[in-house]
Amino acid sequence: MISEQLLYSLAGVGLFGIGLRATLLHHMLLPRLLALNVCGAGVFLIFIAIAYGGLKIMADPVPHALVLTGIVVAVSATAMALALGRRLEALDDE
Amino acid sequence: MIELLWSIFDITLVLLLLALAWNTCSTRDVMRAVTLFIAMGLLLAIVWARLKAPDLALAEAVIGAGISGALLLSAIRDYPSTPMVSQRSTLIEGIINILTLALTILMSWAVWHGLNMSDGVRLSGQVISQLPVSGVSNPVTAVLLNFRAYDTLLELAVVLTAVLTVLTLNEKRADYVVSGRLLQGMTHWLVPLLVVTSGYLLWVGAHAPGGAFQAGAMLAAAMILLRLAYPSKQQEFNNVLLRVLLVIGIFTFVLVGLWMMSLNDDFLAFTPAWAGTLILIIETAATVSIAAALTLAYRGGRPKDWEDANRTSRSIAENGGQDDQ
Repeated sequence: MISEQLLYSLAGVGLFGIGLRATLLHHMLLPRLLALNVCGAGVFLIFIAIAYGGLKIMADPVPHALVLTGIVVAVSATAMALALGRRLEALDDE
Repeated sequence: MIELLWSIFDITLVLLLLALAWNTCSTRDVMRAVTLFIAMGLLLAIVWARLKAPDLALAEAVIGAGISGALLLSAIRDYPSTPMVSQRSTLIEGIINILTLALTILMSWAVWHGLNMSDGVRLSGQVISQLPVSGVSNPVTAVLLNFRAYDTLLELAVVLTAVLTVLTLNEKRADYVVSGRLLQGMTHWLVPLLVVTSGYLLWVGAHAPGGAFQAGAMLAAAMILLRLAYPSKQQEFNNVLLRVLLVIGIFTFVLVGLWMMSLNDDFLAFTPAWAGTLILIIETAATVSIAAALTLAYRGGRPKDWEDANRTSRSIAENGGQDDQ
């Protein structure tokens, strides 16, 4: 099932590239955070694509658990970054 | 024939995903970017389901698309509504484009090469062979809460740290204007359903896709929905109780870990006969903590009178001191 693995991992690489480019190009915090999240989604996709073994074979559960952890950490990090950004805005206003 | 259909499905899915990501990153309107990002999260959930990762599909739909979406949408208000114009000069923009393109091509080659070279190490065999002693029959839950329980404990610590940062930095945002009858009517149906689904996901996680993270996020979604429908009416949570809920996940986890250490010499080395029960206890506490953490993170800061819990105890201490004088 190499073709599906390859297709989805290349899509993951693509997502990572798109996200990285936008992270570097943007200046504002919110678009940068979105771009970083797209980057992260790309990494998750590479992981899960490699864990996939075909329709009839069981997928590898260890990367699944790692990515599940990753999704929760990503949302926490996003919340933290948003709070930091909000505080910065408040300081700029003063 | 079937294989051709699968291929068409795969290629459509991948192209849609890449198109959504590209548009999320290149649109000039922040609101539009966030909406596209939520759509991308939902599409990713379908991709996870396609790649035989149903646990992830659930988590992505609830957390990646749902909670992050709500978080980002409510954060839009915090920033001045300037259009997203790239301020880089053409030269720097060109350099960034070339470098990211080069990196992407290099990584594509690495992935292609890696997949062609060898099948790699697969851990499914090991997981399946140890599954009977893990206490649960869902392999992902077994990995998360038994084989790699350390990771999950530290993950809860990461979530707690993030929320503590959020609470330290800001007051909570002003509530939204009341949202109208439709949403209020809908919450009467949705919130009980979400709470029941959350309990179901928690329970079913032992032998089917589901678990503490999905259940916790589902519970947080119910809380956020209530907050949106009834911003003014809502009774504030007791702040002491809220603190207890925030840390109870880690507390239970560490306590169980230490208890098992006293029996089996290793931190978090579960006794196989009790593993199922212990995992359920840890997961229940973790669900509550994750729900509290995500709800607070969504609100963007301290709830009203957050410090009062401290102040009351401090004033009691001070008064006690004065009495001595």
